[in-house]
Amino acid sequence: MSKLLTVSPSPHVHSDDSTQKIMYRVVLAMIPALVWSVFVFGLDALRVTIIAVLACLAFEFLIQKYLIKVKPTITDGSALITGILLAFNVPSNIPWWIIVIGSLAAIGIGKLSFGGLGHNIFNPALVGRVFMLISFPVQMTSWPVNRQSGIDAVTSATPLGIIKEGISNGTPISEISQSLPSTFELFWGGIGGSLGEISAVLLVIGGLYMLYKKVITWHIPVSILATVGVIAGIFWMVNPAIYINPLYHILTGGLMLGAIFMATDMVSSPMNPKGQIIYGVGIGVITISIRLFGAYPEGISFAILIMNAVTPLINYYVKPVRFGGK
Amino acid sequence: MLKTFKLGGVHPPENKLSADKEIQVLPLPKSVFIPVAQHIGAPATPTVKRGDEVKVGQVIAKSSSFVSTNIHSSVSGKVKKVDFSEDSSGYPKQGVFIDVAGDEWIEEIDRSEELAREFDIDGAEIIKKIQEAGIVGLGGATFPTHVKLVPPKGMKAEVLLINGVECEPYLTSDHRLMLEKADEILVGIQLLMKALNVEKAVIGIENNKPDAIQFLSEKTKNYKGILVQPLKVKYPQGGEKQLIKAVTGKEVPSGGLPIAVGAVVSNVGTAFAVYEAVQKNKPLFERVVTITGKGVSQPSNFKVRIGTSTSELVEAAGGLPESTGKVISGGPMMGRAIASLEVPVTKGTSGILIMKEEESKRKDYIACIRCSRCVSVCPMGLEPYLLMTLSQKQIFDRAENDRVMDCIECGSCSYTCPSERPLLDYIRFGKGKVGQIIRSRKK
Repeated sequence: MSKLLTVSPSPHVHSDDSTQKIMYRVVLAMIPALVWSVFVFGLDALRVTIIAVLACLAFEFLIQKYLIKVKPTITDGSALITGILLAFNVPSNIPWWIIVIGSLAAIGIGKLSFGGLGHNIFNPALVGRVFMLISFPVQMTSWPVNRQSGIDAVTSATPLGIIKEGISNGTPISEISQSLPSTFELFWGGIGGSLGEISAVLLVIGGLYMLYKKVITWHIPVSILATVGVIAGIFWMVNPAIYINPLYHILTGGLMLGAIFMATDMVSSPMNPKGQIIYGVGIGVITISIRLFGAYPEGISFAILIMNAVTPLINYYVKPVRFGGK
Repeated sequence: MLKTFKLGGVHPPENKLSADKEIQVLPLPKSVFIPVAQHIGAPATPTVKRGDEVKVGQVIAKSSSFVSTNIHSSVSGKVKKVDFSEDSSGYPKQGVFIDVAGDEWIEEIDRSEELAREFDIDGAEIIKKIQEAGIVGLGGATFPTHVKLVPPKGMKAEVLLINGVECEPYLTSDHRLMLEKADEILVGIQLLMKALNVEKAVIGIENNKPDAIQFLSEKTKNYKGILVQPLKVKYPQGGEKQLIKAVTGKEVPSGGLPIAVGAVVSNVGTAFAVYEAVQKNKPLFERVVTITGKGVSQPSNFKVRIGTSTSELVEAAGGLPESTGKVISGGPMMGRAIASLEVPVTKGTSGILIMKEEESKRKDYIACIRCSRCVSVCPMGLEPYLLMTLSQKQIFDRAENDRVMDCIECGSCSYTCPSERPLLDYIRFGKGKVGQIIRSRKK
């Protein structure tokens, strides 16, 4: 025989799926919300997204090449996702240098300091977001007005911010609601807020696409939304004068964005359905606790980061259903 | 209603290129190498020496213990030598080299094609005949069949499951056999039922073989207690435990045998061999082998004498394509890549798959992104990503606790991993080590 045959262990075939394809499916799923944010906030939204993406890719490349001296992995799509998610989590009028610092925190601290893709305990985009939120609270929480809302102002608070402030001033919900967008507006995307959190329906469409493509499973988003809905519902039924209805909680703030795109981050979430439900319920409980009793109007970012830290424990103790019982 | 197993599974592209190719008889080889270990268990002991004349069907190696089988000559001629040579494992194995002269069969064998439907023989005699005929599981695992027919004390078989699943992509030998030898298979199943003393047998066939399902369903009307169960197409449904789960809904406990849930599983090819052994006095010295691959000019199914070298089979299918990168004994999911075409066809060879150069190279693997696909496709409910890491880091006590020994090596995890990680390679290593530890503990 003229040439040697290849000998390698089975299996000898491989599915045509790849990590890169998975990453680009996530990017594709974020496109509707991204386009909507440009429509709503104008070119500012595009500016923020481009800066975030370029900064994330640049930091990934520079740190890998010159600091830790490994082969750069910027083409795998993960830094691109981090960039877009980071943009999704900030107001469109944020100064460019804050995004760059946020990107450094996301890629440098959140991802590469743990060893890069697959080794990071926390969702890098959230590390970046929380870093910015704590360092630059004013710039991170003054949102430009949604051009769809018809309100004549430059900046406004988010619905949850209005509620939080109203309640701390002792104003009853019925009165606060007058200055709030309707549930319908929340659903379609007529509210103020960060780039990616304004339209529930477009986020859900992205989520359904990822479900269909088997990038994510239903376990994490559904358990988060159900937990928030149930707990918010109980409080609302007990005293509707000071607690807003559960649907409002589900549709506002970053809850949809967090539940569909952030908490489902493969790297930092549990490895089997049982674990994922525990994780989702944990995020839901922490989120609603922060919203109802904490200092922040929002809570999903902190909730996901806290549960990210619990993920290794969940993986250790929660085993998948075994064939043949115990 | 289509049944299937619940946990995990994948669906690789099927590529059943030879599904409509009738079984042809491969011309007699000029010489054969017949290894004395063609089954799980102890190798048989050669009973012939250089210069001996042998006939087709004659015993050339005697089984040396209960979990072992006889080996028979597949050709007539002169023994050239008893020596070591490579088999599909890549290791040198003892075996008998025979130069072929004519085609003289031992007298006991009934060579007529006529269907021998009637039998009047008790279970113990059936088992004895199966043992003497050297019958092993022809699905690929090559477990001696007579051993399965004698349940351990205190256990009783309730149902016989016949594996006509053929879930490996590319392979079609069982499919063709079901279409061409249905009655023989069904008589073989009756014999197995009698040997096991069970009233019920179920033939599991995947839905990608509707012709076989229909044909056998029609046939089984004439055979009491035998049913056909169509199954949803899902790999690895041909795995014993998965097939039992799919058909009966019962799960074989971890570390247990199918008999623990009252089931015995046999392949359709095995049932056919049982028919030939009991009704025609014909020992197992030939089998149906699929020869296939995307570059192969004539993908075919051949009836091949055991010991024929792979190269003769490849020639008969149109020769080795220029583009060949890898040759696999078995299917693409669980088969073994062979280093040389000189290795012989043995009882466990269900197919020869020729892969092109570009299909045969592995890609470089990248970091695990913890997508958990390996967990969701594992039919045993294991955590392949974790077992790989534990094996890599040699943390064998945790690997054992996380049930590395339950792995059936189906390869679904490696197949599905988007980062192309060689999960099963490492898990096999871990299994080997943990197996050693368990054995040394028992001593």
